[in-house]
Amino acid sequence: MTTTTSPNAAPDTPAPLADVTRDEASLRRFLHGLPGVDQVGVEQRAAALGTRSIKKDAKRWAIDTAISMVDLTTLEGADTRGKVRGLAAKALRPDPERQDCPRVAAVCVYPDMVEAAVDALKGSAVHVASVATGFPSGRTSREVKLADTRLAVEYGADEVDMVIDRGAFLEGRYMDVFDEIRAIKAASGEAHLKVILETGELATYDNVRRASWLALLAGGDFIKTSTGKVSPAATLPVTHVMLQAVHDWHEQTGELRGVKPAGGIRTAKDAIKYLVAVHEVAGEQWLTPDLFRFGASSLLNDLLLQRRTQVDGHYSGPDYVTVD
Amino acid sequence: MGIFEYAPAPESRDIANLKDHYRPFIGGEFVDGSGEPLKTVNPATEEILAEVGTASVSDVDTAVRAARKAYDTVWSKMPGSERAKYLFRIARLIQERSRELAVLESLDNGKPIKESRDSDVPTAAAHFFYHAGWADKLEYAGYGPNPKPLGVAGQVIPWNFPLLMLAWKIAPALATGNTVVLKPAETTPLTALVFAEICQQAELPPGVVNILPGAGDIGAAIVEHGDVDKIAFTGSTEVGKLIQRTVAGTRKKLTLELGGKAANVVFDDAPLDQAVEGIVNGIFFNQGHVCCAGSRLLVQESVAEEVMEKLRYRVSTLRMGDPLDKNTDIGAINSAEQLAKIRGLVESGDAEGAQRWTSPCPVPDRGFFFAPTVFSDVHQSMRIAREEIFGPVLSVLTFRTPDEAVAKANNTPYGLSAGIWTEKGSRILWMANKLRAGVVWANTFNRFDPAAPFGGYQESGFGREGGRTGLEAYLSV
Repeated sequence: MTTTTSPNAAPDTPAPLADVTRDEASLRRFLHGLPGVDQVGVEQRAAALGTRSIKKDAKRWAIDTAISMVDLTTLEGADTRGKVRGLAAKALRPDPERQDCPRVAAVCVYPDMVEAAVDALKGSAVHVASVATGFPSGRTSREVKLADTRLAVEYGADEVDMVIDRGAFLEGRYMDVFDEIRAIKAASGEAHLKVILETGELATYDNVRRASWLALLAGGDFIKTSTGKVSPAATLPVTHVMLQAVHDWHEQTGELRGVKPAGGIRTAKDAIKYLVAVHEVAGEQWLTPDLFRFGASSLLNDLLLQRRTQVDGHYSGPDYVTVD
Repeated sequence: MGIFEYAPAPESRDIANLKDHYRPFIGGEFVDGSGEPLKTVNPATEEILAEVGTASVSDVDTAVRAARKAYDTVWSKMPGSERAKYLFRIARLIQERSRELAVLESLDNGKPIKESRDSDVPTAAAHFFYHAGWADKLEYAGYGPNPKPLGVAGQVIPWNFPLLMLAWKIAPALATGNTVVLKPAETTPLTALVFAEICQQAELPPGVVNILPGAGDIGAAIVEHGDVDKIAFTGSTEVGKLIQRTVAGTRKKLTLELGGKAANVVFDDAPLDQAVEGIVNGIFFNQGHVCCAGSRLLVQESVAEEVMEKLRYRVSTLRMGDPLDKNTDIGAINSAEQLAKIRGLVESGDAEGAQRWTSPCPVPDRGFFFAPTVFSDVHQSMRIAREEIFGPVLSVLTFRTPDEAVAKANNTPYGLSAGIWTEKGSRILWMANKLRAGVVWANTFNRFDPAAPFGGYQESGFGREGGRTGLEAYLSV
């Protein structure tokens, strides 16, 4: 079920950009009219910002903030309810011996695991995110993607991580991609929608910028780099381009949308580089779990170890953090 | 105050091995100069760092004799492959002592440690490595089958890149078989004197390199000395003209690398975010104390507003403060005198009707600091569009068509560098052909490599430094 034109510009597309999504030609003109991204320049800037030296109080703050931004994730064929319950327990008490340790933002699971997660997290502020829409490849019909989304929401997910149709995007069928995001957004109801661009398959920074704007125009609450199933997953320069997109979106519409790098971020040191980028590219308004998340699994334990190092003054080692 | 305050991350000043007293280096030894000692100041705190002995006119003569003797007896006779070993050794010693040199450079000059650490010192080492490679291959450089050195080179360098400018001067001179008498700038003599220690460590034959701290009169004495065969100067156009007058009619070879007022040209089809980065790098790198700084931004009218918005946001994120803090983006102005000059030109911008915008970043209450400043509504007739400010002050002009961009970019007595920002490859090539500037950067700015020749047109000087082309200045061709 694909249409080449939207019936009307949706009321939720902000006024200055309402005309942009009128038809395929307008959308293409807009996306291709965005300023290009110079690869050398953006990679240089990312590398330069990566040399910021974050010490002492700033490091403590950054580690705690990063923990509070983690979407603790398990997305394996071998996932079981037991595995998910263990993950939920970790989400509630990341460092059981340190009462002052913040909780993570959410746990992120496959749709059929949502109930187990919701049940385990009942009464807490930790969100339950579900991947949907034929994750990770998205190579299935619109009906299946919508059903997948509804299922996740029915089971109690309050966040949906969808994947865009990269095939349609690379074919230049931008309106199809746009319509699909809109349809999934509608099917998600109250749940927050994170739109996975799978930047590793988009190949160029220009495409990352266009896909970011496409997802923002279609109403994505968050733009997310990757599924974690494709290499390369999140990188600093790609995240720079996406942070710039939400910054520019805010300048043009006044709306705040979020960014989520996912996959391959394993160390506290890397996480802090991302926070510096959030701070200096998007702006400090984005330094909150409402607008920035890390899609991660092993990152959390490194953050906890570094947190202990900061507090205790010495490194404690991997046997002092819990592995579920 | 924001929620993510970066805690201070200062590099320890102990690493600089700062001594109370430094002395001139003549004939392979540190000697008491007979000039009036000068005190070198940390521009970020206005504290005195050290007392530096200076040379007198008679010391200049002693140094030139030492250089001549080293040239006649050792250096000009030595095979290139042997000279190369000394240059490689110097390059490696610069790397080994890189942290010390970086911290000392930031203390003496006021530039941020991230720049001295990641740019100045590594590039200085690279120049010695590169020229070491040339030392035994000069017959393949295109200057004849057996190109000969000139003899004794007198070299005078500025305060903006003290160690890097020394490397640009000494590396090609030594590689081609010349010996050197070099005067570092009055306000930044320290890394040059540590370099003298490195020459000793490398067991460079005495007299091959001589370093004479002092003021302009010592520079003049070097230029005027009868037994100097070649003069290389980097500094102001005003002094460059004096030198050219002095050297006129003598047999001395001369190269001058002087001021600039580079146009950084942004077209409407540029990668705007990276162009903004390039604009920032072009004018705020080293506090704008760069001869090839992109101090005139020419932006196409159709994107001027958008570029200015992005630029102001980006500039307001620049961190100004302690040069030794690893998170500092903008350090101190090198001297009170330079700060006064910047202020004077900024006032002229106000008086002539340009719109001044200043970054809201906090300004330290001690030391010589000047907040990043952007002037819009600038026109070619204003002083801030014509004169070199040599500080963190950008003048923004607009243009309508590519031809107008070329006309405005070239409308300057200078011609050292230029920048082009467009995603249209054919336009880059077209512009680069039309721009009268020694270096043209496309979709980047302030990139340096020892293999790339650097130099100017018109009042930016003549001669080239770096690359195969740069060897010519030190060869008898």
